[in-house]
Amino acid sequence: MTARDILVRIRDLIPVIVLAILVSIANGLPIVIGGLVLGVVFLLVDRVPQARRITGPLGHLFNRLKLPLLAILSAFIVGGVVLVLSDLEFYNKLGADPVGTLRESIQRVGEAYFALMKGAFGDPGKISTALASGDANKIGTALRPISETLLATTPLILAGLAVAVAFRSGVFNIGAEGQLKIGAVFAVWAGIWLPMPFPFHLIVALMAGVIGGAIWAFIPGILKAKTGAHEVITTIMLNAIAQQIMLALLLTPILQPEGGTVPISRPILDSAALPILLELPKIRVHWGLIIALLATLFTSWLMFRTTRGFEFRAAGLNPRAATYAGMNAGRTIVLAMVVSGALAGLAGAGEVLGTNRYLSPTISPGYGWDAISLALLAGNRPFGVAVAALLFGALRAGGPAMALATGVPIDLLAFVSALVIMFVAAPRLVRELYRVRISAAAPHTPQVVETPT
Amino acid sequence: MRLRLRGITKQFPGVLANDHVSIEVDRGEILALLGENGAGKTTLMNILSGLYRPDEGEIVVDEQIRTFKDPAEAIEAGIGMVHQHFMLVPIFDVTDSVTLGSEVTRGPLGVLDRKAARARIVELSETYGLDVDPDAMIEDLPVGVRQRVEILKALYRHSDILVLDEPSAVLTPNETDELFVIIRSLAAAGTAVIFISHKLNEVLEIADRITVLRLGRVVGTVTPAEASPGRLAEMMVGRQVQLTVDRRDAQRGEVVLAVQALQVRDDRGEIAVKHVDLEVHAGEIVAVAGVQGNGQTEFVEALTGLRQLDAGTVTVAGQPLPSDPRGIADLGVAHIPEDRLRDGLVRGFTVAENYVLDAYHREPYSSGIRFHREAVATAARTAVHDFDIRTPSITTDVGSLSGGNQQKVIVAREFGRDVKLVVASQPTRGLDVGSIEYIHRRIVQQRDAGVAILIVSTELDEVLALGDRVAVMYAGEIVGVLPAAEATRERVGLLMGGVR
Repeated sequence: MTARDILVRIRDLIPVIVLAILVSIANGLPIVIGGLVLGVVFLLVDRVPQARRITGPLGHLFNRLKLPLLAILSAFIVGGVVLVLSDLEFYNKLGADPVGTLRESIQRVGEAYFALMKGAFGDPGKISTALASGDANKIGTALRPISETLLATTPLILAGLAVAVAFRSGVFNIGAEGQLKIGAVFAVWAGIWLPMPFPFHLIVALMAGVIGGAIWAFIPGILKAKTGAHEVITTIMLNAIAQQIMLALLLTPILQPEGGTVPISRPILDSAALPILLELPKIRVHWGLIIALLATLFTSWLMFRTTRGFEFRAAGLNPRAATYAGMNAGRTIVLAMVVSGALAGLAGAGEVLGTNRYLSPTISPGYGWDAISLALLAGNRPFGVAVAALLFGALRAGGPAMALATGVPIDLLAFVSALVIMFVAAPRLVRELYRVRISAAAPHTPQVVETPT
Repeated sequence: MRLRLRGITKQFPGVLANDHVSIEVDRGEILALLGENGAGKTTLMNILSGLYRPDEGEIVVDEQIRTFKDPAEAIEAGIGMVHQHFMLVPIFDVTDSVTLGSEVTRGPLGVLDRKAARARIVELSETYGLDVDPDAMIEDLPVGVRQRVEILKALYRHSDILVLDEPSAVLTPNETDELFVIIRSLAAAGTAVIFISHKLNEVLEIADRITVLRLGRVVGTVTPAEASPGRLAEMMVGRQVQLTVDRRDAQRGEVVLAVQALQVRDDRGEIAVKHVDLEVHAGEIVAVAGVQGNGQTEFVEALTGLRQLDAGTVTVAGQPLPSDPRGIADLGVAHIPEDRLRDGLVRGFTVAENYVLDAYHREPYSSGIRFHREAVATAARTAVHDFDIRTPSITTDVGSLSGGNQQKVIVAREFGRDVKLVVASQPTRGLDVGSIEYIHRRIVQQRDAGVAILIVSTELDEVLALGDRVAVMYAGEIVGVLPAAEATRERVGLLMGGVR
């Protein structure tokens, strides 16, 4: 190693050193330090030439995780900076006591993120005392944050898988939101009007959701295959139509209880309900989570272990070569959309059969949109989607707790999740910031171009 | 010396792309850099143009050591690159394309001075005989002219070290001749030219000196007077290479492909193939010659199910041609498409996945729903061995292989099954000598095994080397079919130009 190399190494570490100084000003909060230590270790490992040559599954995983992890880290850091800068008090006090003000601000950011963690995953101390006490009420209360996170994670996994399948197959399905809603309408209808004994009714209602979503995605699929209509346009418009159909049906006797005035459906029958995972007070997470995890396995199997999946992936990467090799481009598009819609529909079914047990216009707070972000973050890999869904679920569930405990506006989290995506979509930025090697951009994402039909 | 590269070394993970490479070129001189794909030519040029930084070695311009932080600094030092893939904006006109990035402005607001820019472009174009209309839209220009626009771009930036990366790869023989005239006039005006190529005849024709690279090292530098194609090929490949295809006379069998009165329309609905009659027998190679854009692409697409027949009939072994690519493939037709990465391979897929791209749904790779990766891996391993595909593993992304090895993956896939007819479009375009030799040998082997072969190529050398009969396509018609003995360079060349 020459002197120049050493200088380069030191220069490369500047962002990390700056961070370390900032943190020491703040007297260190465990979470920030933890994240930072992780980041430093990560970067150091990346600096070691030998580590770059790690091959096999471990090295593979390391290389794949580099971009998303650094993107998340960067997003939280930038989010924190913005939080500080958007506070008017900060400017008032800065002149009088720069160091103290800076310390306070960083502490505030740390507290906010700490509250977010607690809101999303619970307080480890509380959980262990509650478990020791054996009091169901206490255990339920302590576990409630995790339960709420997993509850939000469930539809995000399914909708994320829906988007990932479509993206991998070269169709830019951004209609998961609408497919989710139609799935929810179908599932709630079956849950109300098809009485049957317990497991059968539930299965039928879930299937109804799957079919609803699949039909809603079939429309843009067939339009693209037969006429070349671009799916970005058609799925966006179908999202709006789905919303209106749902609202209209909620005001008819098909879904609305007799004498009802608000657009809220009758409750589903108990025989169609997804059971709660843990029978404890305040715990709402249900079997939908298990279904979502099974769907993750299924999607991975479908994409990588089946003939159909091979066609999907080939069409997604090079539709022209797929056609030359004898694959039917139109059929692939339609099938990929149907599978994608089915998964989104299942997400909607889980919401009405598990979480709410009725249908209301606020069935989805934008799960179908988050799904696009998290599929991107996960590089459209099924297991990556499950992990990314947990992150987004934690942001959704922990947000209110953070706002309540620290007064930090919940909008910060929308900002942070947008930043995550921005950093993932701009790998060069991450590469320049941390001077790490990152090969491909978010892989397997189709460009918005016409494909031959 | 205008430019000297001394001991340039560049290491990539797992590859030593340049190993102490030294080259030099003076004003008014044309230096050819010859080497196979993967020999390190492009890496060296990327170092020269400031895209990469060398691990070792130095760049000396006019006896001063220079380090280029970015391409802008290289341009400033007078180095102009003409890349293999053009860097032009289709919807800009020539003036805007040339000035993009170094616009002439006037006044405090920096208003574009297109008039001044246009005047300089006209002047440069006239001085060097480039013959480029400054107001033409890039998208309307033929490939040969676009390349001249790239050269203009370099000249406009006052480059007097011009690097041309495989400039003839996209050109017709005629356009190549025109390009050579331009290169010579540039050299005569004092420009130092570095001409990168793997085509032996071209290099012998244009260069003052030839530096040969192999596996990242300089093998030697020779002048055209002391070199011969055979010697250069040997330097490039590292062993004796057969430049002509060794083959017996064709043993003609039954008619396999029969095309009668075929008419095909192009994407705009114009008739692209007019009343074509052609027969290909088992055990013979029919080579279709023609300048690019004379209906060959549409002809091949019609034969392989990618384009509808407008009129006429096509039969394969007596059976009417099915309408879809899979049906045609199932009839025993192999297809080597004209653009490997666009039509033939899925980048992002592994070598193994690409190997089964058209057979993934058949036993043993699939049993209905399930896709058997193990069976695919086994078959791919055999193919990699049988077809000498140089790849780190069968799970390597096909996009990271060299062009020759990518083409071998396609050839392995198409020849690996039982075929009656091979339709090969530009089977060796952009390949190095070693790969061309290999692919030609495989094609002749197929012929000798009794397969009917139709080759469509714009390379006259290839057509003459392989064809038992040579058909020439001009303006959508077959204007002549000559037996190999009568297919001389002159006769075929005239037919290609439309002279009967």
